[in-house]
Amino acid sequence: MTPLHLLFHILGTAVVVSPIVLLAILGLSTLVNRPLSETSIARLTQAAVLFSLLPAVAILVIMLATDIRYVPIELGNWVTIPEEQFQFHLKFAFDRLSIPFLMLSCVLCGVVGAFTRRYLHREEGYGRFFLYYAMFFCGMVLSSLASTIETLFVGWEMVGLSSALLVAYFHERTNPVRNGQRVWSIYRLSDAAFLIAAITMHHMTGEGDFGGLMSSGVWPEGTAAITSSQALMVGALLLIAAAGKSALFPFSGWLPRAMEGPTPSSAIFYGALSVHLGAFLLLRLSPILDASLTLQVMVISLGVVSAVCGAVMSRVQNDVKVSLAYASLTQVGIIVVEIGMGLKYLALIHIIGHASLRTMQLLRAPTLLRDYSDLENKMGMRLPRDSWVGVGFLPPRMQRWCYRFGFERGFMDIALDKWIVQPFVRVFHWCDSVERQVTDALSHEASRESDHAELHPEDIKSAA
Amino acid sequence: MPEFHFPWIEVSILVPLFGAVWIHLLGNRDNILRHAVAICSVTLALTIGELIDFVLIGTFEAHDHWPFIDWMFDRDVFVVDELSAFQLPLAALIFLVTVMSTLRTKAPRFSLKLALVSETLVLATFSCRSSWTLIVFLIAATVPPYLELRNRQRCARLYVLHMAVFAVLLVVGYGWLSVIDVNSRAVLIPGALLTAAALFRSGVFPFHLWMTDLFEKATFGTAILFSTPLVGAYAVMRLVLPIAPSWALQSIAVLSLVTAVYAGSMALIQREARRMFCFLFLSQSALVLAGLELVTPIGLTGALCLWLSVGLSLTGFGITLRCIEARISRVALVDYHGLYRQMPMLAGFFLLTGLAAIGFPATVGFVGMELLIEGAVDVYPLVGTMVVIAAALCGITVLSAYFRIFTGHPTRTQVPMHARPAERIAVLMLTLLILGGGLVPQPGVASRYHAAKELTRLRQANPINEYDGPSGPSSAGLPTTTWKGRRTSVR
Repeated sequence: MTPLHLLFHILGTAVVVSPIVLLAILGLSTLVNRPLSETSIARLTQAAVLFSLLPAVAILVIMLATDIRYVPIELGNWVTIPEEQFQFHLKFAFDRLSIPFLMLSCVLCGVVGAFTRRYLHREEGYGRFFLYYAMFFCGMVLSSLASTIETLFVGWEMVGLSSALLVAYFHERTNPVRNGQRVWSIYRLSDAAFLIAAITMHHMTGEGDFGGLMSSGVWPEGTAAITSSQALMVGALLLIAAAGKSALFPFSGWLPRAMEGPTPSSAIFYGALSVHLGAFLLLRLSPILDASLTLQVMVISLGVVSAVCGAVMSRVQNDVKVSLAYASLTQVGIIVVEIGMGLKYLALIHIIGHASLRTMQLLRAPTLLRDYSDLENKMGMRLPRDSWVGVGFLPPRMQRWCYRFGFERGFMDIALDKWIVQPFVRVFHWCDSVERQVTDALSHEASRESDHAELHPEDIKSAA
Repeated sequence: MPEFHFPWIEVSILVPLFGAVWIHLLGNRDNILRHAVAICSVTLALTIGELIDFVLIGTFEAHDHWPFIDWMFDRDVFVVDELSAFQLPLAALIFLVTVMSTLRTKAPRFSLKLALVSETLVLATFSCRSSWTLIVFLIAATVPPYLELRNRQRCARLYVLHMAVFAVLLVVGYGWLSVIDVNSRAVLIPGALLTAAALFRSGVFPFHLWMTDLFEKATFGTAILFSTPLVGAYAVMRLVLPIAPSWALQSIAVLSLVTAVYAGSMALIQREARRMFCFLFLSQSALVLAGLELVTPIGLTGALCLWLSVGLSLTGFGITLRCIEARISRVALVDYHGLYRQMPMLAGFFLLTGLAAIGFPATVGFVGMELLIEGAVDVYPLVGTMVVIAAALCGITVLSAYFRIFTGHPTRTQVPMHARPAERIAVLMLTLLILGGGLVPQPGVASRYHAAKELTRLRQANPINEYDGPSGPSSAGLPTTTWKGRRTSVR
């Protein structure tokens, strides 16, 4: 190993290990019931972000100076079965896609972490927030730098869990919890699609490494090592995964629900990083998209539909955070269209610009309405509102329908509930009733003691 | 056959048995629970010693050095091999943490004597090879839950019906097998009977009703102890796997997968925590069973890893629920209970064990699940898809249960809700194992792979597997796949 490679290895390892150490410290302190002070938690978080960001900047500078475009960091095999040629390889890569996304993650996580230190000062769940936040940061770093699809999946899952738990952060109220559950349910189904895609890809190519999947060149020049029909199958699964994670059509219903979480997490997740993770996945595996024209058309269509829906819905919301969330969806839809059209660098720049702007807007949202009220009081009148010029060309019925479509959030949640959730629940409630009849018949008595479970036994002021 | 340096097997089996007698002699004393914990701890230490000794010997199988009850059993009846070497400490650990997490106020309701007798029977079962002795232990192990149901004056009809069928199938199947040439095609009928017995004991759909009934009517502790060691899977490994043709095994795998998805779906709609746990367990144990039937080294390794992880994680998940139940009685999942503030440690542990059960990254279940899916896809891609769907459904259930129990408007109870020291120790022990196994999975995977390879080799030795048709495995007894492995290219 040359000194340069050794330096890369040390710096790269620092980037990956730093958030893991933060998660371990915060997790262990919670587990052994020794909570850290607010100052300690905030400082540890800032230190972890810096120890990830600074080595990443150093790697970028060295790469630019030496004209190296691809730096793999091999941390060995986490699991290996040599006889079966099975490896769970811990490999990370610094390239033109991962470095910008990593830096974006570090910068935004650092900014939002600093903001949260004041925002949640003396909140009961301060430590809990930063624990989930550390999990999210860890997941983002792993996802950004992943060079194998399993590593990407690990990061992807961590981001998903932390998202759901942070949506339910104010867990003494029912609504945030319900919405957190909703987010998690969508994520699990999209994760399932991701996992099936990953395993299918292994099955087709015998490779988990992106370098192997894209048989030639580093991002964005790779060519998929699979046929067009295989690419269509895998790509469709990845598209479902990306749609779930980025709240694209028809999974957009969870995005406004996710705004139930604290503003900092809303900003970092649904304005900036998490909502772009689906787009990042499509970018990372863009050679697969290039291998199938049908798949590209699907990606573009999904992006267009999502962008249009987002635009219509964001205009008629009565909640500033929800409105911003749908505005984010519009931009993510456009980014997906760019990816589908093969404009990879443009999509990457769009992600970075949009994430930064939206984070600022969402962090500003709590005070924005008050500022508007002050402004209107000083003016003595309502602020003028611009309406979209194209609306005049639409017939009144169409306008009304668009308004209703937007206000009802595209009927997506209603449709998912009506066509998927309710039939599912009905079928299995029926199965449950059949089971009950069978067990009652065989027992010659009412067989379920659980039917008599108290709704709130904890309210009973005596021991069980 | 290589020998241990100490009669670990027999001593570890007899200690809980003598312990049960000791507990009986003590009567209803206040410190009876401590004695039970001590006995279970000694048993766990013995099984760990057995495992260490086994690893040091470095063999596929070993038996006791100074067997002192060989007048009663054939010397080769009690043998520990790579399959059971890890299951024994796991079973002992399950019993220890369950007894340890029993509240003193609940000790009269949860029979410690029967628990220790059950432990003896489970350890004896896991130390047994395919033999009449194994059949006897498998059947005997079904008696303690029945006695408890009778003592609690609950209707045991459903349980008795299923277990009676299980026992009859087991006896008839093994008896038939004893009188025929196991290398001939005549083995198919007794093989089918033994398979059906294993399906009954494992609670595979549609033979799962006894398990939900047991969770309804027995104490939660007994139900956990009877189910989580996955004795049914062990019966499959010992009695069915060596003799059944691959098409039969793949049929069982399909049934198991149906069970995994069905139980995962049913867990989602349950309105009470015990039933939810029961279906969650059924789903996960069915995945283990499905993996065992794949008969590819990768799939089998995944199933064996998952076996350990399901045992650890779902025991943890179960005892957390039991700790809550012990304080406030049965937990309805219809509304939010808001218990987080009063029991943050148990809340965290509940989430951790639930996530480990579904194979979340960095927990003990992750690699097992990944290997299982790999193995399943190798055999048939749709099988892998079913595994993933079952895991996704279970994942939704786990977080839903967490939210229902621990979030919501907190209520003040007069019962102390915080974890007691014994509960904390149990929780920390399991947490260390779950995270340790998740972060450093290689030793476990290597040993499970070695066991899987040996089991596959033993299976290949049976000529019955040569009768497989073209759609089945090759003459080597393994499915033909297009798997090319993972070669990572370094740039």
